[in-house]
Parts: sequence; structure tokens; C-alpha cells
Amino acid sequence: MQLELRGMTKHFGSLTANDHISLTVEPGQIHSLLGENGAGKSTLMNVLFGLLTPDEGEIVINGVVVPIHDSGEAVRRGLGMVHQHFMLVPVFTVAENVVLGFEPTKSLDRIDYRKANDEIRELSQRFKLEVDPEAIIENLPVGLQQRVEILKALSHDAELLILDEPTAVLTPQEIDSLMEIMRSLAAAGKSILFITHKLKEVKEIADVITVIRQGRVVGTAEPTASESMLASMMVGREVQLTVEKSAYNPGEEVLEIRDLVVLDDRGLVAVNGVSLDVRAGEVLALAGVQGNGQTEFVEALVGMRPVESGTITLKGRNITNFTPRRALDAGLGHIPEDRQRDGLVLTMSVADNLVLNTPRRAPFARRGTRNFKAVNEYAERLVHDFDIRTTSIQAPASSLSGGNQQKVIVARELSRSIEFLVASQPTRGLDVGSIEYVHRQIVEHRSRGLGSLIVSSELDEVLALGDRIAVMFEGKISGVVDPSVSRESIGLLMAGTTMEAAGV
Amino acid sequence: MSDAAAPPRRSLWARYSTASPIVVAALALFLGLVFGALIIATTNAAVLDAWRAIFHSWGGLPHALNVTFNNVGAAYRDIFTGSVVDPQGFWHSLTTGKGWPNTLTPLSETLTYATPLVIVSIGVGVAFQAGLFNIGANGQAVIGGILGAVIGSMLHMPTILHLPLTLLGGIVGGMFCGALPGLLKAYTGAHEVIVTLMFNYVTYAFLLYAVLSTPFQQPGQENDIGRTMDRSAILAPLFGTKSGLRVSYGIFVAAAVVVFAWWLLDRSSLGFDFRVTGANPTAARASGISARSVIVTVFLISGGLAGLAGVVQVASTTHYVDGGFLIGNAGIGFTAITVALLGRNRPMGIVWASLLFAALGVGGRNMQASTGIPLDLATVIQSVIVLFVATPVLVKEIFRLKEAPTTGIHLSTTGWGA
Repeated sequence: MQLELRGMTKHFGSLTANDHISLTVEPGQIHSLLGENGAGKSTLMNVLFGLLTPDEGEIVINGVVVPIHDSGEAVRRGLGMVHQHFMLVPVFTVAENVVLGFEPTKSLDRIDYRKANDEIRELSQRFKLEVDPEAIIENLPVGLQQRVEILKALSHDAELLILDEPTAVLTPQEIDSLMEIMRSLAAAGKSILFITHKLKEVKEIADVITVIRQGRVVGTAEPTASESMLASMMVGREVQLTVEKSAYNPGEEVLEIRDLVVLDDRGLVAVNGVSLDVRAGEVLALAGVQGNGQTEFVEALVGMRPVESGTITLKGRNITNFTPRRALDAGLGHIPEDRQRDGLVLTMSVADNLVLNTPRRAPFARRGTRNFKAVNEYAERLVHDFDIRTTSIQAPASSLSGGNQQKVIVARELSRSIEFLVASQPTRGLDVGSIEYVHRQIVEHRSRGLGSLIVSSELDEVLALGDRIAVMFEGKISGVVDPSVSRESIGLLMAGTTMEAAGV
Repeated sequence: MSDAAAPPRRSLWARYSTASPIVVAALALFLGLVFGALIIATTNAAVLDAWRAIFHSWGGLPHALNVTFNNVGAAYRDIFTGSVVDPQGFWHSLTTGKGWPNTLTPLSETLTYATPLVIVSIGVGVAFQAGLFNIGANGQAVIGGILGAVIGSMLHMPTILHLPLTLLGGIVGGMFCGALPGLLKAYTGAHEVIVTLMFNYVTYAFLLYAVLSTPFQQPGQENDIGRTMDRSAILAPLFGTKSGLRVSYGIFVAAAVVVFAWWLLDRSSLGFDFRVTGANPTAARASGISARSVIVTVFLISGGLAGLAGVVQVASTTHYVDGGFLIGNAGIGFTAITVALLGRNRPMGIVWASLLFAALGVGGRNMQASTGIPLDLATVIQSVIVLFVATPVLVKEIFRLKEAPTTGIHLSTTGWGA
């Protein structure tokens, strides 16, 4: 299918999310839409899928202008969408999910499971998407769940597939197999619109790259273009993709974790006997696919989740099962995984957020009364030092962009005297410029002797920051390796392979 | 990134055509009055008769409109003159210097009703700001009132000791009654809405027990009435007993509470903890704020203020409690929930909202007396105002207001599950 977007424009109030975006996807082509978060990619897809009405512009399919008013119409016209967050019923089988809404029936309105299963086997074989139609979704790894989403789109005879940030939740191996699938789909004549902000993947898979920035197409590129060129197109200025680190010069041990066991919300073991050491002036990166116990691990470190057994020692002091208050006071800095949920109070001002965990510390308060002069001076200084872009320190945190919200947290944590930094997914959802900034801050404090633990599911980040890399799989550390180890080996560790088998 | 741009200067019209909280509240009041007018027009027999006449002849239309406007006008005029001032009487007093007490009575009554309402509503508002629902403010006020009346009537000492002790008794009574649900929530997770709501019934039962039992029951009485407080324990009328104006020194207590609440919410680090907890409980936890201590402290303060409101109510009006204390229409602890909502949980907002509610209540009684339109109309108007304030989206749609730029003000609290 040939899809052409002509002059797509969408305004939200005074904000122009899409400004005359035009692009053409040819049959059998993998067309990559590259842009930072907030560049307007999702808006464009929602317009294309009929979820939003464009203010201007038209959608042309195979040379005919077609209006698309709702997602049902988009599906009938041959568009298929694989969302970043899967739209699957976890307790249903693969087959049930695929036919959901279009179930083949026998007499008395009974679902014809045999027919459904056969249809799915046929589809899987045709497109080389092996998956057991009778498997229950929640028992499948994320990579297979994504296949089910793709199958679902194909079962509706999609001729053009839209993949919205499909690699965010996958291991490197799963990404490779997704790439394979995309190639074979393209070979079968399907068109693919691949939305991402990851440069490596774009270069690997795309036939054509369209870069958008602030709602506008800033240009197209060949996959042969260099990463730094793509990055600067995306950001609008030169970007440094690697972090410059001073020589690795670890000091004494700061954080010592021994045989830590932590339960998740359901009472199941999420962290199963983890032992780690981090030294001063060292960044220990904790890699792993999301949901392998990293969240619970970090929550236990900062006192937000009880420790079942094991010990956490900070500078020789046992801080196991400290309350968050005592952990903070003991000198533990924390950049939480979900900044809007755990790190900020969005309705409160930037200034209040900058002293969120130290409102009583001198000079911010005296005898229970807050000293706004001191708070504001401090906030002004941090806003300046950390280059937080805000209209004023009194503006609510919700008015800041994601990158600047994260800067508020980074500024808050790095500016109070801390002994150790725990940062969980510190650059998730940030644009390239902000990622660069956050990384630089972490590395700068490392060279000043701060020890830190950086939890990330982005392999690039892990490799860029870590002096040593620990890989977590199903609550255990499957290996601690040097950053010089190959991506493939780390990928294998992330998938649960042993050190020996991963060839480390 | 374009977020560094300065906000454009907005014209006066632009400012007032946006859905700012004050504009929404003012328009909600307007809508409440319009709605009240519709109710009067559709329920008043004279008005309906006049409209019925136009089925016979269109000539009756001017008359029908006339009757409608007269009736609505009379009702609203009575509410105003009954709660604020009668312009004629005011002019008379101003020119002749006579009859001031009569002229000022409506205002005095409004203030008398508003005084405890302000205090208890601030108590509820403080809890709201921390994301907690204190539905038991009425019961806490009842206990505060009883304890204040006990101290005021059964202990005897000079005013300088007796009055502060009486007020303190009210605070302690309310604190006790508020602490129980607070502790239950903090340590067992029992939902405060259920517990505080149920506590209201417990306190009613206790009230009846207290006013019917020997040490506290009014001597020589068989009825459900408690002892009368000593003169040394009451909040005396501001202009002396002879003036007949009931407005009392209680308004200074309310003023002190407003200042305290302003300090607590805007200035203190304790209030900062409350607001952080109310706005984002998980971030509060991550920032080292103990949810337990916030819950217990909030309920102590909220209950204490409710108890103070109860004792102020007794000490400035009846000087005794009886079995009907704070029951039904007089249940200021329930009104406080809507007043706090209308006042956006801010001390000064609550003052304005309390005055409005008190005026509608007092003026409504005047309207009922002189026009026969039931007092319930005032309740209808109050309800409509709150309805629209609680759903700014509706007001915005009706008046085609623009979206207000985001402000730091956080109105609503977290919902049930929180």
C-alpha cells in the first residue's frame, strides 16, 4: 500500500503539534519516523488513525484521498497499529486476543476456536511469526506479546503497519528478531511506518528516514547518514552522543548490599539474594529488561519497600529498612523511576519541588516556619546552575517539559550533600539534549568522588555510564561485567543466560 | 524548547474571561440565583396562575412576566435585607442616628452564623489539603461543644481563666474525637470517610446521654437540656447585651483561626508536608514524609478546629447544649464540607464562602417569613453554587470561558481510594 500524508496540520490551542507534515510510504518500504519525545509523532499517528481530526491536510491511500474519521475506518482501509503499550487481554489466549471483536462463530453464537487457531497458524507461517495460538498472553515474554499485536493487525488484512516505539520494552535479542520480522513483512509487500527515537535501530532497518522536530518535517535522510547527523537533525543542534568520562579511579567502598531479598506487591520474591558493592567515584550500572526486580530493588534501597532479609550498608552504617526520611538523611540521593509519581508534586512550584525533601533544613525553615527568601534564593541558584528552563521559580512543575522536570529532580538530589546516588531510569522519556545533560551531571559528580548506582533498561545508557555493569534477571544478578564486553553478551545476560554461556 | 518564553501580558478582559477560580465562583453564584429564580417561578402559586392566564389570552403575558419578576425580586430582596442590610432602614439610621441596632441586626445575625462555620470549615479544609476527608467535623464539634459547656457550667473561676479554659476544652474534645479516626486510618488503614461519618452517630448518642444524665443535665429539668454556662465562660456580645445584637467576641476567635490556618498552610513546614501529601502521596513518601504522622496530625488539627467551632457556637449563642445541638439544618460540620469546597480550602476563600452561606441561611429565613417561599430555596441556591463550583467544566461551557493558565492552586483532593 502506498500511503501519502499531505500537509497534515494539527493545533492544540496555541500549540502547533503538527505543522504541514508531508511524507510518503511506498509499498514494501520501511519508513522510519524519527523525532524526540514531544516532536509530534504520536499526534501524527493519532490523526492518521482517526483518533484526532486534523485541522488541515489529507490522507492519500494508493492515490485516492480518503477521510479517516475513526480507528475502525483506519483498520478497514488497511492500516494496522502496534501500540507501545500492548492492547492485549492478559488472561486470554493468543488466538482469543487476535480474533477479539471479530470472532469466527459456529451455531448458537459459540466461538469457533478451531477456526481461530487455524487462521492464526496460517498467518504465523505466512509471515514467519511463530507463536502458539493456545498460549496465554501473560505467560509469554514481551517480545512474543508484541508478535501477537502484529498478528492481530495482520489478521485484519493490514497493508501498512504502524509500529510505535516498538523496541522500548525488548531485550537486544528480541529487538533483532523484531527487525527480522519487519524485513520479512516488507518483503511480503507490507509497508511499515516505524516510529522511534533510537538512532541505531533506524540506521539498521529503515529504507527512508523522515526526521520531525517541533511538529515540522526537518528533512529526510538515508540510513547511511551518520548517527551524529541524525541526532543533530532531531535536536536542532550539535549533540555529543558519547559521555566523556575521566579516568576510572575508584575509592573506598560506599555502598554494600548483601543477600538482599525483597518482595513485590503481590508478596512474591522480586529481588532474590542480590549482593553488590559500589565504590566512591564509581558508577555501577544495573542493566536488565524492565520488570526483573529493579524497581523493587531500588525501592528497598531508599526505604520505600521493606527488606525481607539481607543488609544494606552505606559508608559502614547499616541502613537496612530505614524509613525514607532516615535514608535521605543518611545521605542517599534518589532519582526515582517515575518522576511524576515519585519525584515531583506537579501542582507545586519549581521552588517547592527543589526543596521537596529538605523543607525543614536550615535555612529553608526556622522553628517550623518556612523561610521563603532562603528557599527562593536557593531555587534561583539551582535553576541557573542546572539550566532549568522555566518561566519562573513559582511556575508549577507541571508547566515544565519532561526534560526540565527531570532537571529539577537532578538538581535537588545533587545539590544536597549526599553520600551516594541511586538513579532509576534517569533519562527515560527524555529528549537527546536532556539525556546528554543528565549524563554529564552524573559523570561530573563521579569524578568528584560520588558513588552511584544507575538502573537502566537502555543498553546504550548502561554502556555509556557504567564503570562496571551488573545485569539483573528475574531478581538475581546474572553477571557483573566490564563495559568493554560486547552488547551481545550483555544481551544474553539480560535474557538470563549464565556468564559462561554468555561468553564473558 | 520553547518553555523559556515569558508569558504574554493579558488584558483585563482576557483575565476575567478565563476560568480562574474566582470567576468560576462568581459565575456559579450567578447561576445559583438564576436557578433559584426558576424554582420560585415554577413553584409559586401566584406566578403559576398568572402564566395560566395566557392560555386564555396572550394579553396576559405582560402581567405574567410582571408577577414573575415581582415574586423573584421580592424573594431575593428579602434574602438581602434579611442578611445584610435594609437600605431604607440604613438611610433612616444614618440621617436620624436612631435605630442602629435594628438596622445592624441582619448583618449581626449573618456574622453570628458565619463565625463557627468559618472555624469548622477551615478544619475541614486543612484536612482536604492533605487529601483527607473529615466527614466527622459535625460530631467533633458536638463533642467540643459538650466539653466546653461542661467546663463552662460546672467549673467556676474568673473570666480570664474560665473562657480560655472553656475554649481549650472544646479544642481538646474535638481533637480527641478526630484523633480516633486518624489513628485508625494511620495504623489499620480504615477509611476515614466511613469512620468519621459513623462517629457522628456515636457523638449524637453521647450528646443525648450527656444532656439527660445527672451531673450535666440542667437542674430541675426533665428535658434533654444541659447546664447553662457561667457568664465568665461565654463569648459576650460585641456591643453589649442591651444592643440585642448577637455578634460576639467569637469573631476574634475565628479571625485568629484564619491567621493560624494561613500560617499553617502557607508558611509552615508542617503545612508543606500536608500539601505535598495531599497533592501526591507517593512523592510525599519518597521525600521522607511519614504518611502516618501527617494523617494523625491533620486529624488532630481538623478535629481541634471543629471542636473549637462547637464551643464557639454554644458560648456565643445559646450558652447551653441540648438534644438538638448541631442537628439537621444547624449541622455546620456538614455545611463545612461544601463551604470548604466553595472556598477552595483556602482560609480567606472559606471566610467568603461562610459569609455567603450564612447570609443565604439567615436571609432565607427572612424570605420565608415575609413571602412564604420556603427556606429550602436557600439550600437549593447553595447546592447549585457548589455543584457548579465543583464542576468548573460546566461553567466554562455555559459561559464559553477560555482555559485558565495553570496556576499553583490545587483544588480538589484525591478521591475515595486514596
